[in-house]
Amino acid sequence: MLRRSFVLGVAAAALTGLIQAAVPPSASAADRFITVASTTSTEDSGLFGSILPKFTAKTGIEVRVVAKGTGQAIDLAKRGDADVLFVHHKPSEDKFVAEGFSTLRKPVMYNDFVIVGPASDPAGVKGGKDVAAALSKIAEARAPFVSRGDDSGTNKAELALWKTANLDPAKADGGWYRSIGQGMGPTLNTAAAMNGYTLTDRGTWLNFRNRGPLTVLVEGDKRLFNQYGVMLVNPAKFPHVKAADGQAFVDWLVSAEGQKAIADYTINGEQLFFPNANEPGA
Amino acid sequence: MQDFSQALAVAFSMIVSMDDGLMRIIGLSLRVSLTAVAIATLIGLPLGAAVAALRFPGRRAVAITLNTMMGLPPVVVGLVVYLLLSRSGPFGVLGLLFTPAAMIVAQTVMIVPIVASLARQTVEDLLVEYDDLLRVAGAGPIRRLVTLLSEARWSLVTTVLAGFGRASAEVGAVMIVGGNIEHVTRVMTTAIALETSKGDLPMALGLGMVLMTLSLAVNLAASLLKEAGDRPA
Repeated sequence: MLRRSFVLGVAAAALTGLIQAAVPPSASAADRFITVASTTSTEDSGLFGSILPKFTAKTGIEVRVVAKGTGQAIDLAKRGDADVLFVHHKPSEDKFVAEGFSTLRKPVMYNDFVIVGPASDPAGVKGGKDVAAALSKIAEARAPFVSRGDDSGTNKAELALWKTANLDPAKADGGWYRSIGQGMGPTLNTAAAMNGYTLTDRGTWLNFRNRGPLTVLVEGDKRLFNQYGVMLVNPAKFPHVKAADGQAFVDWLVSAEGQKAIADYTINGEQLFFPNANEPGA
Repeated sequence: MQDFSQALAVAFSMIVSMDDGLMRIIGLSLRVSLTAVAIATLIGLPLGAAVAALRFPGRRAVAITLNTMMGLPPVVVGLVVYLLLSRSGPFGVLGLLFTPAAMIVAQTVMIVPIVASLARQTVEDLLVEYDDLLRVAGAGPIRRLVTLLSEARWSLVTTVLAGFGRASAEVGAVMIVGGNIEHVTRVMTTAIALETSKGDLPMALGLGMVLMTLSLAVNLAASLLKEAGDRPA
């Protein structure tokens, strides 16, 4: 009988401990927050982790980032589930504005895409500057190419690049073109595991750890340019959008201070994103 | 093999250092999953017992539906809850999307069928023994359910644990309805997915080991409780 109550006591104490651990830590999160729909590249590259605390310290506004592919992020914003949209595919962004989901898109920064592939380079594209030529060689060699296939900004850019090479990978036979429908990180993991080529934004690549045999093979073509834009979701369309705080974030990103914070983010001394809010037409 | 030893080292140092970020993630994981389990238990046990012990039209259909729903894919649950809670959805005005509450809703939906189905099975087995007794005593439907659930309580611990296991291990639903927002809706499983996509596999695996340790603690506590309960007074 004694033993039983002892065991019961221990179990009850353990459960109580667990439940106490389960109680939320006193609401330390600021009550003032905005939700930003953005892309995996800005999150996975570590950029947000570096610049958001600076914005929050200055304004007291917490930024909650939901990181998806550009296509998904836009869809989320179109449902009114975010206050600010921060993505990288200008044609889609312009369409978003034209459809009245925002009143103004502002350019923020750019980086570039690179083609990575196995160091053994079976398609022989290493060192090339012409991305279309490189893709043609990969197709010719039927070397495995892993595509995001998830309607993200990078995926859209990749499909446009195939077009410039006059190729339609969707019709490719022999199974060398592998569309996996996943984010940049999983796509790099997959490419590393199957000795394949893929297109990635440089930011995610620089912050990526599980590189395996992969290395940068093609870079520097101006068609690999990758522009990011930011816009407030139209409060006239969604009255619950936090217009003032959302606009404060947009304004901060394109301000001298925000632009400097972006330029200051480096990995191993290498700058990941290049601010260009003041560049006309960006 | 190097990956595993690295992961083990990562897991160990995370647990020992009580890393603040990790503690928040663990706290939220437990809060979300335990709450979902508690709600699912309150709904699922009576529901399962009712299907087992009461006679009503469509009873068989309910039982089969519950069994089928045990296999609900988390992403589908996530998607449905997302569409319901989205600002453009019917419950958008509540502003619950991308909050822990949304995650609790999704996990509850996912595990009610598990708890109810397993409880139905347990109570059905027990009924063989008790049916005559209850009939002779002239017990009404409520009385029947209370008696059966009470008699089966220690077996039902396993049922509830199965629900907890499913809730704490799933990633698809909480990723969609929670959004994996740092400090707000990031839980163990979504953190593991994030580290995997960053290519930091030792960190991801280390977090996985922490999650298993957590699960072990919960199961151990439940097992002690059950053992104590099983022993005749």
